[in-house]
Amino acid sequence: MEAASTAARQTRRPEVTTRSEPMADQKVKLEVRKLDFFYGSYHALKSITMDIPERRVTAFIGPSGCGKSTLLRVFNRMYSLYPEQRAEGEVIMDGMNLLTAKQDVSLIRAKIGMVFQKPTPFPMSIYDNIAFGVRLFERLNKRDMDERVEWALRKAALWEEVKDILPQSGHSLSGGQQQRLCIARGIAVKPEILLLDEPTSALDPISTAKIEELVDELKRDFTIVIVTHNMQQAARVSDFTAYMYLGELIEYDVTDTIFIKPKMKQTEDYITGRFG
Amino acid sequence: MSEISASNPVYRSRKRRNVVMLSVSAVALAFGLFWLAWILATLFYEGGTALVRATLYYQMTPPPGADGGLANAIAGSLLMVVVGTLIGTPIGVMAGTYLAEYGRSGWLASATRFLNDVLLSAPSIVIGLFVYSVYVARVGHFSGWAGSIALGLLVIPVVVRTTDDMLKLVPSGLREAAAALGCPPWRMILQVTYRAARTGILTGILLAVARISGETAPLLFTALNNQFWSLNMNAPVSNLPVVIFQFAMSPYQDWQRLAWGGATLITLAVLLLNIVARVMFKKTH
Repeated sequence: MEAASTAARQTRRPEVTTRSEPMADQKVKLEVRKLDFFYGSYHALKSITMDIPERRVTAFIGPSGCGKSTLLRVFNRMYSLYPEQRAEGEVIMDGMNLLTAKQDVSLIRAKIGMVFQKPTPFPMSIYDNIAFGVRLFERLNKRDMDERVEWALRKAALWEEVKDILPQSGHSLSGGQQQRLCIARGIAVKPEILLLDEPTSALDPISTAKIEELVDELKRDFTIVIVTHNMQQAARVSDFTAYMYLGELIEYDVTDTIFIKPKMKQTEDYITGRFG
Repeated sequence: MSEISASNPVYRSRKRRNVVMLSVSAVALAFGLFWLAWILATLFYEGGTALVRATLYYQMTPPPGADGGLANAIAGSLLMVVVGTLIGTPIGVMAGTYLAEYGRSGWLASATRFLNDVLLSAPSIVIGLFVYSVYVARVGHFSGWAGSIALGLLVIPVVVRTTDDMLKLVPSGLREAAAALGCPPWRMILQVTYRAARTGILTGILLAVARISGETAPLLFTALNNQFWSLNMNAPVSNLPVVIFQFAMSPYQDWQRLAWGGATLITLAVLLLNIVARVMFKKTH
């Protein structure tokens, strides 16, 4: 049983060479410096400092309420939608602190895409779901837009399933297809970073496997940060893993190190299920 | 022996209570439907014959004893309802959008919601008197505009309420998803949330139209009435509710018959609007 599943994994995913690269060798995409976050008076993130490497998959794991989703939502300033939430500290991309008031949040969000836990197709056709984001920043003619829609849907491994039903509503798709549609929508605007907030928690195992393969594929072009409750998933898809607990970053290292020989006792307890 | 059996006393008393409550509900339903059926039956019995006479739709309201129809009243009602809806709908939709998308739970939004609820339940005669004192009394004559403004004021609170409610039903995940693509709020509202709430908002507008098409009191002080064909919005305009009011109170039998016909016509139109609104809403929810 154990051996069979390992074999299946290996046939599905060839050995990734970046796996064993140490963190220090990575080109940094996002620098998080002394980040604190508050929901009203509740202190949700406590002085987080970490580097997110470029074109790699970084996973955030930890028990519910540990702040992993909160941290993700700081990166694209999602919290700015809610007046009672605020962040202190720095998140630096290309030499600029994203958290200052003068930053244009729309531009930040166009560069840093996000896919949510629940699939959220817009109430429009499959085609327009993809074209919506593109039209926000680019004026494409019909042919170029068709090409972009096809490109994004192919990247998200959805093209073959929907190429004949593009004018249908996005809601007509299954849950797994809707989530891949949302991923296609996110990459159609060609962001630099893609944030995935528990993207498979509402999906069946087959859809989950498809999305995990997709993540592996997408990291050639995008920097990916994924929040997951599923430790096997973090182990399968990520190059680096951060373990968080009660708003603090406990340990952050190469995924294999985290799962095989973590330095902190706390991390080991969580990984092995002796948590709590 | 297991506690779970048909003779379990807790289970039996629960079942008995269920039967009692169900019977009470059924009686209440029958009571409500009985009066509704009676009203509709009377309407069709008295107004049915007037309704099928073609003269109702192309002849003007007659003097007592002469043959006539309700053409001028039907046209005037349609005109004022359309103009009233056009006045009230944009204001209502925009105010509802402010409440749901921008104001949310701030003090200004809470105050606006409260005042809107007051307006929603304000007697329509008060609205009529208000328009009379600020418009009719100033310009010195009754007019179609005054009637349309009064009807528009009745449309606003209904549309504000439904727009607010329907937009609040749109999941915040959809707003976040649009924002996550770098979409500015105004565009998110126009292209995503309005689209998601479209049928709900349209239903609200239709219900508002249904509400104002039967209103008599606000028109009595504003549009008054007109015996002749006139679509001049700066002069008194004939309309069904006021004609029904006048003709039904008159001692002349042919006027009373026309009043029954008009009442049946309005009831049918409102019924139809309600059915359309409900079918539309059901399709997407």
